[in-house]
Amino acid sequence: MVELKRTPLYEEHKGAKAKLIDFGGWEMPVQYAGVIEEHHAVRKKAGLFDTSHMGEIDVRGKDALAYVQMLITNDASILHDGKILYSPMCYPTGGIVDDLLVYRYDLEHFFIVVNASNTDKDYSWMLEQVGDFEVSVDNVSDQYVQLALQGPLAETILQRLTKVDLSKLVYYTFTHGEVDGVPCLISRTGYTGEDGFEIYPSPEFGRQLWQKILEVGATDGVQPIGLGARDTLRFEARLPLYGHELGREITPLEAGIGFFVKFNKVDFIGKDALQAQKEQGVPRKLVGLEMVGRGIARAHYPLQKDGKDIGFVTSGSYSPTLNKNIALGLIPTELAVQGEVIDVLIREKPVQAKIIPTLFYKRGK
Amino acid sequence: MNPVELKYNKDHEYARVSGNTVTLGITDHAQESLGDVVFVELPDDGTTVTVGKSYGTVESVKAVSDITASISGKVVEVNTLVLDSPDLLNSDPYGEGWLIKVEADDLSPLETMMTVAEYEAFVAEEEH
Repeated sequence: MVELKRTPLYEEHKGAKAKLIDFGGWEMPVQYAGVIEEHHAVRKKAGLFDTSHMGEIDVRGKDALAYVQMLITNDASILHDGKILYSPMCYPTGGIVDDLLVYRYDLEHFFIVVNASNTDKDYSWMLEQVGDFEVSVDNVSDQYVQLALQGPLAETILQRLTKVDLSKLVYYTFTHGEVDGVPCLISRTGYTGEDGFEIYPSPEFGRQLWQKILEVGATDGVQPIGLGARDTLRFEARLPLYGHELGREITPLEAGIGFFVKFNKVDFIGKDALQAQKEQGVPRKLVGLEMVGRGIARAHYPLQKDGKDIGFVTSGSYSPTLNKNIALGLIPTELAVQGEVIDVLIREKPVQAKIIPTLFYKRGK
Repeated sequence: MNPVELKYNKDHEYARVSGNTVTLGITDHAQESLGDVVFVELPDDGTTVTVGKSYGTVESVKAVSDITASISGKVVEVNTLVLDSPDLLNSDPYGEGWLIKVEADDLSPLETMMTVAEYEAFVAEEEH
């Protein structure tokens, strides 16, 4: 058996009696107090996540912008220093290598955050694309702990530990500053559908910050949150997950993230295939599903209409916020009609589900 | 906290015997491992279950788990309360969180099940 990787916060999770699981080769906490309680804590108060398993890749050099532009489907030329961009990164086929956050330090330095289980694959892919570009591409994942503090009280709690004026740090921007005296990259981003921050200190300060944030946020009800609630939170907010809504065989246009494909920018990998798909009509569409019959649609369950397979569930769960069983699924575009009823095949048995808008949850302003 | 009067199996399910009627449910350890139970599927009244075969499903937020009959016979009562409030399996697995009552064809399969002491030793061993 391959030894599981551990983040620098492993002892904290163990000490808190978290339930640990193998997540893409990492021994990670799936829950502490319970998925539903943790889910509500993030929606109503605040939650702290260890997301140190995420990968970080540095791109530096004279051609950094041109290189990044060729890699991703979104338009990095609109970034200014300190600004962050979400983007798919595609294969020439239009299928997705991964989805990324691209941080612009300056025109010659971009910092790219990738999915944990894709880090090695992404890094190899990015190295293969360097060609004649004058850039250096480095996997710096080991140099960072990543903590995510998410929820309506995240700013209040984090502000107690830093002189950086967090009220001025707008969504999808980042800065450098001290948190509890520790130098960090502080970014107003997240994967929960709530306001919040992602903080990147050096690994040796990970435990100190983890403890400190839980300590100063205790009166506000901050809790450590596992990957279980991370998944239900991102799912309700229709934030796609690689291996579910996104994959090698799924294009961004099908996955409902076509907004992040900019055809009017310079050439990028996958542009021709995506352009052709757009012109010919996108064959599949990601739809929301609400169970009509009794059951929970789970990832990979077949979707049927009139007894014929039409697609599959990409993610499905009980939704703690809505108190309903909901799902996301990929089906032919012509069948993606709001209000229509299709079947989810649950243990060989068709169970009815209604097509609904995919954005199940949106936080109030 | 596992009741002494019950019989247990290796799938972390219990059987409570009262005359010829056997009540089936999942153990405290099972609910603890599953986490928040959010869905329960049970057979209808009057259907039959077979020893060693799945008779329903218990789902937590992240996991789907089959439940297996410890006994063969006719289902004489279904706990409809847990269909609407699956969290009863977490809060009271041995009480309000029971699943079905079966009129047993033959009680002998219960003899192969564990006593509470045997079951607790089994759980302790499994955790290592």
